[in-house]
Amino acid sequence: MLNRLREIEEAVSFTFDGKRMRAQRGDMLASALLAAGVDHVRQSVVSGAPRAPYCLMGVCFECLVTIDGVQNRQACLVEVEEGMTVLSQHGAMDPLARFHEDEGRQP
Amino acid sequence: MSVRLVFSAEDLLPVYDLVVIGAGPAGMAAAVEASKAGVRVAVLDENPRPGGQIYREITRNRPDERTYLGADYWKGRELANAFTECNADHAAKATVWSIDPAEAPGNDRHRVGVTAAGIARMIETPAVILATGAQERPMPVPGWTLPGVMTAGAAQIALKSSGLVPSGPIVLAGCGPLLYLLAGQLIDAGASNLTLLDTSQSTFRWNVLRGLPGFVLSPYLAKGLGLLFKTRRSIRVVTGVRSLEVLGRDRAESVRFATARGTETIDAATVLLHQGVIPSINLASAAGCPLIWNEAQRAFEPEADAVGRTPKQGILIAGDGAGIGGAQAAEIAGRIAAVAALADQGRMPRDASAASIERLRQQREKFLRGRSFLDALYAPRQVFLVPADPETIVCRCEEIPAGKLREAIALGPPGPNQLKTFVRCGMGPCQGRLCASTVTEIMATERGLSPGEVGTYRLRSPVKPVRLAELAGLPHAPRALKAVTGRDPVDHHLNETELPS
Repeated sequence: MLNRLREIEEAVSFTFDGKRMRAQRGDMLASALLAAGVDHVRQSVVSGAPRAPYCLMGVCFECLVTIDGVQNRQACLVEVEEGMTVLSQHGAMDPLARFHEDEGRQP
Repeated sequence: MSVRLVFSAEDLLPVYDLVVIGAGPAGMAAAVEASKAGVRVAVLDENPRPGGQIYREITRNRPDERTYLGADYWKGRELANAFTECNADHAAKATVWSIDPAEAPGNDRHRVGVTAAGIARMIETPAVILATGAQERPMPVPGWTLPGVMTAGAAQIALKSSGLVPSGPIVLAGCGPLLYLLAGQLIDAGASNLTLLDTSQSTFRWNVLRGLPGFVLSPYLAKGLGLLFKTRRSIRVVTGVRSLEVLGRDRAESVRFATARGTETIDAATVLLHQGVIPSINLASAAGCPLIWNEAQRAFEPEADAVGRTPKQGILIAGDGAGIGGAQAAEIAGRIAAVAALADQGRMPRDASAASIERLRQQREKFLRGRSFLDALYAPRQVFLVPADPETIVCRCEEIPAGKLREAIALGPPGPNQLKTFVRCGMGPCQGRLCASTVTEIMATERGLSPGEVGTYRLRSPVKPVRLAELAGLPHAPRALKAVTGRDPVDHHLNETELPS
């Protein structure tokens, strides 16, 4: 995790898994998450092990999160914006998720 | 005159005289140089503001607030100012995912696939300068996938862009100048509880000594010595580290390391790994530029001549993406490549361009002096290139451990590309960026070959993820539409009522 050398001067707020968080305007999302005390942002698609941002420069793809409904965005390449809704990702994406949902709705 | 900021790919021109990919020192310098000649230049870069990784947030940071970044960082100011005043188009937050090189006879335009603000475009240009820079060489040690473990470069990026320092106790581990530079910056920024584990080879080597006379004349000598003394004075530095392991259940908790004196375990909340930098080759390789093995720097780099021309007509490479030389050499390489690209298009008189290239090459020499000394001195130890422990993860995305790779190699695949199909290494979202060099090293060791003979992954576009909706939204030529739908585009009045049910 990361600590701020200076207090936030111009705050933008966003949510991560429903929790409200603050960042400095201009922060990249991955850094902002680590600075807000977030330990890991996703679980590996293979073993489910927790993973956190690793390179912060768009190379490692460890910081993949869902931003405003769009999956697999690199949090280190996205600037935090006011009102952003960010979700952690858990394991592999289920391509049939919608199908299962629909199935569940059948009487 | 000032740079035109473009935030959506829609606002890019369909055709440019020169497209520069990357807005680090090489990319900014190339754009400045080319725009002097009055040509239409586009600079495409992933980050919101120019500077690349080395001069990250240089346009926003103020020296009085972030003194700890050091004098070499502020050298980027002048170049960044020149860039913001040049007449190029700068697409920020833009992702380049493909380059289709001009192959057809009579067509000299490359097509560059780029997405910005969720909109994709293919823009055309007779000349591309790849200024994609470098990435850190992966350092696969047990536990390197745990949260709390980052690269040293990542910590430096957080410091430069947001004034963030990692939680302590901090352990920096590995080798190379950046490790000491970061240690110095963290000390100046007030970070406490810092330990540096130096994994450089401590034995005497002739090839190190051979580079020494060149390094004595290098502008980096004083800086390097200063950093070494400062680090050793302020924090604990352990040299001769020959094994390393990050321990913890769900996050890094401690580091166990061994030297000739024995084994020790120390607490760690943050572990920062680094063992040098290697060229970012994905885009060049996917564009079909041949790669060559650089033994001194222990990395693949795109084949290029002294001005950066690759064997692909109209595709040039400048800066660390063509072989590691540092920021100041990269800046000059950017200017050289821009002059060469314009001269090749006949937009600059031959003799003038030759003279200016010659002058720039002499300037660059100064910054390349002594590089061979650094390359040899900080050559990574074999044990950190090829993990001995079979459980150590090599491919982070697909979680392929070293042992599984060795088993698959024993089955006889001819190279890394076939190995991929056996075990899926390199097939996750990072597209091999974090495992390619280790896979090559392991295969070379197992087979008793040089990494150059083993080769590396064959990379293909898209080199970065692109959404289907973005591809579907690309403007299509009328004949392409007809080829797919069988109807003339004028008959396409697709609306809700006409959609097939």
